[in-house]
Amino acid sequence: MSSIQNLNKIDPFADTGDDDTQPTNYIHIRIQQRNGRKTLTTVQGLPDEYDLKRIVRALKKDFACNGNIVKDEELGEVIQLQGDQRVKVMEFLTSQLGLQKKNIKIHGF
Amino acid sequence: MSVEETNVDLGFDPTLKKKKKKSTKTVEESNEATPEVDDVLSGLKKKKKKSKDSKSTPDADEINTDDVTDSLGELKLKKKKKKSSTPVPDDDFDKQLEKLGLDETNTTNTNTAETITDDDVNAQQSKYGLPYDGLLSRFFQILKKNNPELAGERSGTKFKIPPPVCQREGNKKTAFANVQEISEKLQRSPEHLISYLFAELGTSGSVDGQKRLIIKGRFQPKQLENVLRRYIIEYVTCKTCKSINTQLKKESSNRLFFLVCNSCGSTRSVSSIKTGFSAQIGKRKKM
Ligand SMILES: [Zn+2]
Repeated sequence: MSSIQNLNKIDPFADTGDDDTQPTNYIHIRIQQRNGRKTLTTVQGLPDEYDLKRIVRALKKDFACNGNIVKDEELGEVIQLQGDQRVKVMEFLTSQLGLQKKNIKIHGF
Repeated sequence: MSVEETNVDLGFDPTLKKKKKKSTKTVEESNEATPEVDDVLSGLKKKKKKSKDSKSTPDADEINTDDVTDSLGELKLKKKKKKSSTPVPDDDFDKQLEKLGLDETNTTNTNTAETITDDDVNAQQSKYGLPYDGLLSRFFQILKKNNPELAGERSGTKFKIPPPVCQREGNKKTAFANVQEISEKLQRSPEHLISYLFAELGTSGSVDGQKRLIIKGRFQPKQLENVLRRYIIEYVTCKTCKSINTQLKKESSNRLFFLVCNSCGSTRSVSSIKTGFSAQIGKRKKM
């Protein structure tokens, strides 16, 4: 029976899991200039189920830079890293944490 | 030969033509031209001086056809000769074109640049059997000369956005001099563009007396260009037709921004500019 495609039990209205209707849970990776040519990378909007402390520890070790967690009233906990780590953070989030690339937005120049 | 078919061809041709120079193209065509044309070329001397005013006889039609192809061939021949030197200057070509038009006025058909239409071409072809390729390329030459945007030219002034000009302003600031000009080209309010720049660069600044944008922090023109490019993709170009001739409209009922395309009429919603998190830099947070 199942060899006939039309009779397969697929609900066309079921959630396919790839709807873009939740723009709120984007992860934003930004860069800011500090004094001179020093920069700062911020990662905002990581899902709550991840342990930020552990992530920061791993990032600091991987990128050989300092970093910390800042608590913001509206935006929740934000990771700060020294230097321009935007691309590397992106790679880490996609490969190590299995986050999807389309949910991550890199800002800055 | 239906109109639709021509349209398909018209749609295809400009991309092909764009990469080649005008003169080389025509020369090529003369090379690959039908044997008919070759015939004409060989009989060029004979038929050149035929009278143009004999009209009514069926024979006259033949002669006129020859005349037309004759002059076409003449045009191509002349171009071929000149190929060895630099490409033919437009003036010269115009003269030849004009001459061509004059020759053809007998054959009931107005071949001046503005009045040439598809129907004319079709009619002419079905009547006299002129080579389609030659006519098509001539049509595009004329179209390109008179209204380039219809011939698929994208290099008009309308589509050119000037590169960002920026100077260092003191030690820690950058002056973005032509922010006004760019926002005008993009048909956006400078405030909108500036707020996007500040949000993306994670900084702040102000507009000075000469309408330059002073940004805190040091930025290279190339970096600003990257941000500008993203702004254009997100807030200016139409996703459907890639036109930048668009408007940003605010829907008063739901306070959402919509991008309305002036070229194709499509509408899409755009997100508002969010600054997001900005880290405390320098001074300690006041308690
Ligand atoms: Zn459009």
